Amino acid sequence: MTLHSHTPKNQDSSTKHVSRAAHFKMLDVILKRHQYRQDALIEILHQVQDLFGYLETDLLRYIAQCLRLPLSRVYGVATFYHLFSLAPRGTHRCVVCTGTACYVKGAAALLTTVEQFAHIHAGETTPDHCLSVSTTRCPGTCGLAPIVVFDDQVCGYQTPNSVRDRLKPLLKQT
Amino acid sequence: MDISDLLNIADQERQSQTAFRIRCCVAAGCVATNSLAVKENLQMAITAAEMADTVQVCGVGCMRLCSRAPLVAVDQVTPAKPSLLYETVTLDQVPTVVATLPSAPASRSGAVPLQQGDLTHPFFTHQRSIVLENTGLIDPERIEAYIAMGGYRSLYHVLREMTPTEVVDTMTRSGLRGRGGAGYPTGLKWAMVAKAIADRKFVVCNADEGDPGAFMDRSVLEGDPHRVLEGMAIAAYAVGATQGYIYIRAEYPLAIQRLHIAIRQAQRMGLLGSHIFDSPFDFRIDLRTGAGAYVCGEETALMASIEGKRGIPSPRPPYPAERGLWGFPTLINNVETFANVCPIIRNGAEWFASIGTEKSKGTKVFAIAGAIRNTGLIEVPMGTPLREIVEDMGGGVSDGGTAKAVQTGGPAGGCIPASAFDTPVDYESLTQLGSIMGSGGMIVMDQQTNMVDIARYFMEFCRDESCGKCIPCRAGTVQMHQLLSKICEGKAAPADLHLLEELCDMVKHTSLCGLGQSAPSPVLSTLRHFQDDYLALIHPE
Repeated sequence: MTLHSHTPKNQDSSTKHVSRAAHFKMLDVILKRHQYRQDALIEILHQVQDLFGYLETDLLRYIAQCLRLPLSRVYGVATFYHLFSLAPRGTHRCVVCTGTACYVKGAAALLTTVEQFAHIHAGETTPDHCLSVSTTRCPGTCGLAPIVVFDDQVCGYQTPNSVRDRLKPLLKQT
Repeated sequence: MDISDLLNIADQERQSQTAFRIRCCVAAGCVATNSLAVKENLQMAITAAEMADTVQVCGVGCMRLCSRAPLVAVDQVTPAKPSLLYETVTLDQVPTVVATLPSAPASRSGAVPLQQGDLTHPFFTHQRSIVLENTGLIDPERIEAYIAMGGYRSLYHVLREMTPTEVVDTMTRSGLRGRGGAGYPTGLKWAMVAKAIADRKFVVCNADEGDPGAFMDRSVLEGDPHRVLEGMAIAAYAVGATQGYIYIRAEYPLAIQRLHIAIRQAQRMGLLGSHIFDSPFDFRIDLRTGAGAYVCGEETALMASIEGKRGIPSPRPPYPAERGLWGFPTLINNVETFANVCPIIRNGAEWFASIGTEKSKGTKVFAIAGAIRNTGLIEVPMGTPLREIVEDMGGGVSDGGTAKAVQTGGPAGGCIPASAFDTPVDYESLTQLGSIMGSGGMIVMDQQTNMVDIARYFMEFCRDESCGKCIPCRAGTVQMHQLLSKICEGKAAPADLHLLEELCDMVKHTSLCGLGQSAPSPVLSTLRHFQDDYLALIHPE
């Protein structure tokens, strides 16, 4: 999951039309900007994921080659951190905060509502790639607890009903 | 860049001030409640009413009372008058805000009444701002605003008039202790790195605020990023480092963005980079973004992550002060610790040491959240009783209930029962209660909360976040979580409780890093203070 405000969803849809070759060109720019430094691996993976949506094995192989790192190391890092995804994610994202403040204010019920409504569990994507559901441990806006993040937008004071209303239009689109 | 340039910028900034100023909170909490649109509409309304030469609209960092977001404050600068605070401001209230200004055209009137905040409430009056002195007052995206508040003058003073040893000595005398949780004396840490002999040294700012329910560091970085940069530069001069890193979690996109802006501005003015203030001192700061691993808040794991590796902790000693990043001596401090550096240099170590308690000096920023009326950010002197924080400042439990416990220190901390609310909050007394100061998150829990469920919640957190390197933590957290689930489901026998206690003891004493060593804390503290909650669920044999 990601909460990057600088990658709004309209960017996702516009980059879709860009060809794969162009994406790879941008990947090279990213690598060059980081001067192929091995310690910049995590920064590079962040930017590549923003670009491609997720980290395919081929991409990891390419990055490993360019940074002169063993693939095992790149794969190890990509799988260690929660924010990196090795599988394609849905067009829309619903992230339920399960931080302490949200938890004492009923985050568990919200998560159950989302899971039942979308018929998937946290960490999964609907078969039509419309929606990904995940959890996060606190983006730090506890004043608005319980919160749910829909497509990078933090929504506060959520209830099972408000969550359902928000999800309906997201699930309809394909 | 010289001191006269700094003073010039400060003067210009002060002269450009208008008679009125409207401050809109643009920290993450308020942004989530549409504060950016409120700010834009205010700006447009002011321009449309041709009031731009008397009224300024600016975005500022956290204005503390997050539960009433978005917040807007109106200041009368000349002649100075007390500010007014407006809560939960909506777009249709914008004309009303403009109409309250005396220079507004008489024809304008607001239809939608405003909800005025009470700035004389203990929530505001009991605060003592040192770390947050500029947060909520200045535009975090303009270095000029920080310079006008006296920014970068401490760095100038240090570079021109103090030796590195004197700086370390000042920090030691101030009694400042690490604000990241453990409370290690900052002066001692600086002295250790300063005396290490090496070709290179590093200064690292730990902004991986992973404790759920804690948002102090986010607020400081979003509201006053230059203060952290200046504190790091002073630390670098004191210990002899030339390169700094800020390791920040990716969940804070706004803080990352503001840090990027702040670093760029400071570089452009020659306040970071080579020959700072025309002295031989060079220092640059790079940002490193986390990727959602709680364990990276642990200093050795954090360093591994900065090096681009999996965030896996390594045994200490050697401590980072001896062998840190790439094997070189490294100083690692928390955001709030660095934010305390400038005021100490400016006002002296004795001034800082006069605030707080005997062993815990200065103030502490807390994020109060959970079942409490006034959720938000507070900064109080060390030693303030918990009751004052929860009942006076926090306004008590929401919906008229009573508080059962306060959770401090996140997953590494514990729960403090309401009967111990008269305890003064400092490092030692919280440790005595089986909790820790931690980074400063405080979650208030009401009578409906089942403490066994809370213990299970934190154990699930530690289980998920365990890096898997050492067995006690990797396997122990799974077992403890299973036992706690069994208790919650009412299927446990008294023998399971003994097993749980034994496991807690084992994991606590045999884990490699802080995550595993403190994973049993929420269980142990709830077992100690809320045994009845456990016994009610145990099924007699």
